[in-house]
Amino acid sequence: MKKPSNEMKLIFPSLSENESFARIAVGGFISGANPRIDELNDIKTAVSEAVTNCIVHAYRDAVGKIELTARLADGVLYIKIRDRGCGIEDVKKAMEPLFTTLPGEERSGLGFSVMESFMDSVAVRSKPGSGTAVTMTKKLRTKI
Amino acid sequence: MPVYITEKGEGAIVAKITGEIDHHSARWLRMDIDTAISDKSPKKLYLDFSGVSFMDSSGVGLVMGRYKNMRERGGSVSLINMPEYIEKVMSLAGMDRLLSEGKERQI
Repeated sequence: MKKPSNEMKLIFPSLSENESFARIAVGGFISGANPRIDELNDIKTAVSEAVTNCIVHAYRDAVGKIELTARLADGVLYIKIRDRGCGIEDVKKAMEPLFTTLPGEERSGLGFSVMESFMDSVAVRSKPGSGTAVTMTKKLRTKI
Repeated sequence: MPVYITEKGEGAIVAKITGEIDHHSARWLRMDIDTAISDKSPKKLYLDFSGVSFMDSSGVGLVMGRYKNMRERGGSVSLINMPEYIEKVMSLAGMDRLLSEGKERQI
């Protein structure tokens, strides 16, 4: 019989202390699948980047809600992080390595590069004024 | 998430960062390290990552900022004792070239 998928949803305000909460929650969620340490680090880092983008960019001048959905099915982790913030005018440009709209704040412009390097797939849907949804997947390797 | 500052020989300081580096913690780390740079005016800043348990790209911004600060003062920065998972993030920005003496991880 096929193992049923596991799923969780978190909704939390865009406060910077929730960056660690979000990645630790996802780490806890996938712990039952026995991920390798390097996979766990990769996933936590990608989640941290996506949540930080919501806090730093989407809700730059306000506090809004961030929705994080995680699903684990057939050894594949699916994560969706969405906000109802300002949205991204040019997603392609925003995803270019080292591109940042906040150079004075020591943002490296590597958020999407980290997500793309550390996850198997990253998809970004955004509409200016409505918000952004980042969907990432990663197949978990079997622990040796 | 403290930073431990120690002096190393003449004109060098070591900033040992502990805990997790993300956007939330980076602002405090930045303040602590920059205060030490202002107080001690070192020629060389070693950033020691041996006590760091997590880092996202905010850590790259932290290093870039300190690198700029030290360069403006005619000094330099080396990254030491960097765990592999942190090196992975740094290498995306080419910051791994600041690893002390090539790949050396010990002071």
